[in-house]
Amino acid sequence: MANLRDIRRRIKSVKSTAQITKAMELVAAAKMKKAQDQALAGRSYADKLNTVLVNLKENTDEESHPLLAKREGKKELMLVISTGRGLCGGLNANLFKKVLADSGEETDFTTSGKKLRQSLAKVGKNIVSDWEVADPVPFNDAKPIAKYLTDQFLSGEYDKISVAFNDFVSTLTQTPNVTQLLPIEAAGLAEKQDYEGVGKDEIGETDHEAAGADYEFEPSPEGVLDKLLPLYINFQVYQMLVEARASEHSARMVAMKAATDNAKGMIKDLTLEYNKARQAAITAELLEITTAMKAME
Amino acid sequence: MAFQLDIVTPEKNIFSDTVDDVYLPGSEGEMGILTSHAALVAPLQPGSLRYLKDGKIEELAVGEGFVEVSEDKVSVLIDLAIGEDAIDEKDVEEAMQRAKDALDGVDTDHDEQMALQVIIAKSEAMLKLKRKGR
Repeated sequence: MANLRDIRRRIKSVKSTAQITKAMELVAAAKMKKAQDQALAGRSYADKLNTVLVNLKENTDEESHPLLAKREGKKELMLVISTGRGLCGGLNANLFKKVLADSGEETDFTTSGKKLRQSLAKVGKNIVSDWEVADPVPFNDAKPIAKYLTDQFLSGEYDKISVAFNDFVSTLTQTPNVTQLLPIEAAGLAEKQDYEGVGKDEIGETDHEAAGADYEFEPSPEGVLDKLLPLYINFQVYQMLVEARASEHSARMVAMKAATDNAKGMIKDLTLEYNKARQAAITAELLEITTAMKAME
Repeated sequence: MAFQLDIVTPEKNIFSDTVDDVYLPGSEGEMGILTSHAALVAPLQPGSLRYLKDGKIEELAVGEGFVEVSEDKVSVLIDLAIGEDAIDEKDVEEAMQRAKDALDGVDTDHDEQMALQVIIAKSEAMLKLKRKGR
């Protein structure tokens, strides 16, 4: 039979764990709200930017801009956006699986977030750089990352740049995602309007609408493209960072809620066991006393 | 006649309402947009954005970005848009001074210089708006 004092000690320790997970849940919930709002706010900007770019591409020569030109080479640089801290369920593990499946022999990595940097280093991948991003994500933190990736691409060091991140779908669902950032693909542009699971029909409509409006470009389509593409890349990187952050806080909140619930269940079970043990002890004592009295008669 | 104006930064929607006209700091010079303007896409540079609503002129300091005009709808996509009230004069002055100091430094490359000049231009736009009333 379990010792009374041992059970009491375990209840106490589980209680304090529950308190910690409860606190983390509340903190994550507050941050989650902010991060989700940020991710959703960015989407309207993304939609506008995409409409303009799709239209712009129709008016310019596909391969004319170095950021649009496809290359033969296989060397790839992948930006992996993971979380700085753990305790967020299977978020990082799922992303890690996806990254390993989607990367080849000639893939180098640049990371944001400690968790996957460590995992990638453990399996012997080549990590060339690492980025710190504040919380909530400021737009200015995305700029140097975007600039670095663009430079690496333009200098010919890498032929393809992609980003791995957790796409925020809802509080309960986050999907690991690997997206090509550079060269910018025409097909990718039309696709990315599909942020909130918009059906194919609607994409077709937007395209049609965009094609219907015959834009003037000032000073020239090429001039606008020169200005717009760096902005687009900045923004893409920013949006992916924000989506990843929203996913992190959502996943953490859900994981911590589950942990708190489990701890509560455990406390209940332990309390029951404790009471049983206590009653058994009392019964045994009474039995001893009665037996002793009977013997004395 | 009024038309729809949306001012959007990556971080949030700044403004979305109907206005009577809008003046923007285009990279080729200031441009005014009235209702029924032809469809247009143009980059913007740091400066001041003015719009007329209900007979009142509102002014914002804006950063880099671009404007899209289509079918009586004007969308301004910009990395900074700030009203007079929200500008902290001292902060902006300090930021501008830091950028100027960095620009004087010897080891900045071309891209960095461009970035610093953008910061200075943005700061100037904000200061201009803030000090306008005096």
